[in-house]
Amino acid sequence: MTELEAQAASAVIRRGRASGFRRIGVAEGLSAAFLAFLLLAALAPDLISPLDPLGIDPANAFEPPSFGQVLGTDESGRSIFSRVVHGAGTSLLIGVAASTIGLGLGTILGVLAGSGGRIVDFGVSRFLEVLFALPGLLLALFLIVIVGPGALTTTLAVGLSTAPGYARIIRSQLITVRGSAYVEAATVLGLGRMRILARHVLPNTLAPLFALGTLGVGQAIVWASALSYLGLGAVPPSPEWGAMLAAGRTYLSTAWWMSVFPGLFIVLTAICATVLGRAAGNRTRRR
Amino acid sequence: MRHSPAPGAALLSVTNLRVDFGQREVVQGIDLRVAAGECLALVGESGSGKSVTARSVLGLAGSGSRVRADTMELSGRSVLDLSARQWATVRGRDAGLISQDALVSLDPLRPIGREVGDALRLHTRLTPTQRRARVLEALGEAGLDNPEVRFRQRQGELSGGQRQRALIASAIALRPPLLIADEPTTALDVTVQAQVLDLLRGFKERGIGILLISHDLAVVAEIADRVAVLSNGVIVEQGATAELLSSPTSAETRKLIAAVPFGRPRGVPLSHAARMARPAGEEVPRSSPRQDPPALRAVGLEKRFRLPGGKSVTAVADVSFVLEPGRTLGLVGESGSGKSTTARLALALTPPDAGEVTLGTGAWSRLRESERRPLRALVGSVYQDALSSFDPRLTTSDILTDALWKPGRSRHGNRTREVHHLLSTVGLSPDVLTRRPLHLSGGQRQRVAIARALASEPQILILDEPVSALDVSVQATVLDLLDELQRELGLSYLFISHDLGVVQHMSDTVAVMHSGRIVETGPTPDVFGRPSHPYTRRLLAASPRLPW
Repeated sequence: MTELEAQAASAVIRRGRASGFRRIGVAEGLSAAFLAFLLLAALAPDLISPLDPLGIDPANAFEPPSFGQVLGTDESGRSIFSRVVHGAGTSLLIGVAASTIGLGLGTILGVLAGSGGRIVDFGVSRFLEVLFALPGLLLALFLIVIVGPGALTTTLAVGLSTAPGYARIIRSQLITVRGSAYVEAATVLGLGRMRILARHVLPNTLAPLFALGTLGVGQAIVWASALSYLGLGAVPPSPEWGAMLAAGRTYLSTAWWMSVFPGLFIVLTAICATVLGRAAGNRTRRR
Repeated sequence: MRHSPAPGAALLSVTNLRVDFGQREVVQGIDLRVAAGECLALVGESGSGKSVTARSVLGLAGSGSRVRADTMELSGRSVLDLSARQWATVRGRDAGLISQDALVSLDPLRPIGREVGDALRLHTRLTPTQRRARVLEALGEAGLDNPEVRFRQRQGELSGGQRQRALIASAIALRPPLLIADEPTTALDVTVQAQVLDLLRGFKERGIGILLISHDLAVVAEIADRVAVLSNGVIVEQGATAELLSSPTSAETRKLIAAVPFGRPRGVPLSHAARMARPAGEEVPRSSPRQDPPALRAVGLEKRFRLPGGKSVTAVADVSFVLEPGRTLGLVGESGSGKSTTARLALALTPPDAGEVTLGTGAWSRLRESERRPLRALVGSVYQDALSSFDPRLTTSDILTDALWKPGRSRHGNRTREVHHLLSTVGLSPDVLTRRPLHLSGGQRQRVAIARALASEPQILILDEPVSALDVSVQATVLDLLDELQRELGLSYLFISHDLGVVQHMSDTVAVMHSGRIVETGPTPDVFGRPSHPYTRRLLAASPRLPW
């Protein structure tokens, strides 16, 4: 390190120490607030919007956004706002569950490839490459064809198709850590294989997973919505965002709010999850 | 040369330079003057402000810095308060910068010719053909063979010395009258270092002024006409090189001179603190257990590495050595000579393709890892890059506590007292315990690494370039510490370094490695005093040293 870099580094360290966790950016703060709002919507939707998301009111169909109906109403007079709020739970659950499945499967495959010896690595890696060669959405469609549509299938499909990406990352991380100087130093100290694995290899391999997972939730929600939009996910009239997006398609020229607002929530959720994921990732690296 | 100023004309003149980063003023009123054909060296410990000074002169002090001066002139023009755009026209034209690390200073994806041509493209209206001709000329002037070939190569295809020359070529492409060289030889092998110093000397003779930044007084003595010694942002002493180095007046200069290990016999402390504790001249008796079995012995070691494409390269061939208990065996050689592979073989981290390493009277490299593990406590290691040898998640306290773990002991037992003892052994205060190594200084990190190696109460330490990343005065304190520990604990050292001065200072016997083989071995005074192998003689001739 040159003196300059050292000074810059120590300045960063000093600043970091002085304020600790309170130093959160505006974007990160807003993202956290939005996701907190969604979480509340998921856990207690009636608290935010007491209107029944399935309650039909044909007299008030196709209402544009107004004071009474903040986001307007759909073709059956249902409140879009209420449907978006009540759909948050499904969408979030699909996102979180799908990335959990993806990460879990990815971890298993990645650890297997990274630590199973040359033959296992070869086998798993080629398998992953085959999965990579198929577009993720195609893989998901394939699964839906076999199992049939529904929220559960969507979750499973999205989880499965994101797994190879995670597996690759974990494999390379594992190989890097295993070849690192600190693992070698632990070997020289006479530490046993299992101890090195538990103390150094696994924590350092899995540390980036938290950030990856958060990034993945956003992606998974977009994918799940895409599947619903194609009519392969949650089935109408259930208030799932992708399904709402699809329902509004027919009326896009006359009632834009039916598609725009669910779409906006999908995009915002993905962005917020990504912003937080990146922030978490940067934080772990900076340590 | 574009500028051919009269000898003695000031190329750089700065008065009362002050640089601060927020509240901390790192440069506190410095005057500098470099004339044509002259080399001024700025020396000092890390943190003394020498790099910041040199970079301020090029408008590169860094973000968050504030540079003030009464006057600051390059080639007679004031460069005080220039905008970023104005600086861009000055840099490269009035002064070229040669930085330390050619590996990070050159873009790995662009051919050398384009890198070197950048300055010409930005500053001149030369046609591509003229530019190419000038780049080839600069590459030749920087001493690169086959400029036509180098022009097309990328950074990764060049050796360390060639990279440094390419960097020099880009600094001189615009024929600036002044060169600012920031530790230009620190990362290089001695023979390459000698060539680069020759090159700089040649520039000087052709009338180029050089501002050299270095922590290594031996390098400075080779080339500088005048030396300015910096400490805490002020010049504490300045004068002609020979005079200043032979009769230093300030304590700071004396400290830097004393820290140069070359030619200082074994056991003479290098750092100020150690000298106070133990006055020079007092011979400390060492055990002379010649009749004991060797601590570690290598016989006929050979190691080959497979290359992609089926071929293999022999990294180590027929290497044999004996490490006597309580003694230091120095292993010296240039990069690529097989030193580090030898270290890994000695640590049994990789099995030899032929030959054997034995520990005391028993087997070592032949054992299975499960059989060797209980014996591993006897052999410790310290690396050049201490930082990467620590788990980035762990604090110093975690690292040392882990190192104290032994089979059969509970993992959660209280080790506070032992950890504190280790820290005091290596001269660290307990407040480093809660910090991660990333936030420690280079010297502190190396001490933590030594403490970790000592935790298992080893008999042997394999030290692979343990002080190469440190600057001379910190190096001196770490070498003194190692020397002290050896005497107190009776440790045997396999001391590996590319630095002949350090090896001479630390070793009882020396082995010189070249292309995977040991070409000469013997007691240190013999090898250094009457080298028999031509390679050893070449190495010794290339090593800069203080003539006084």
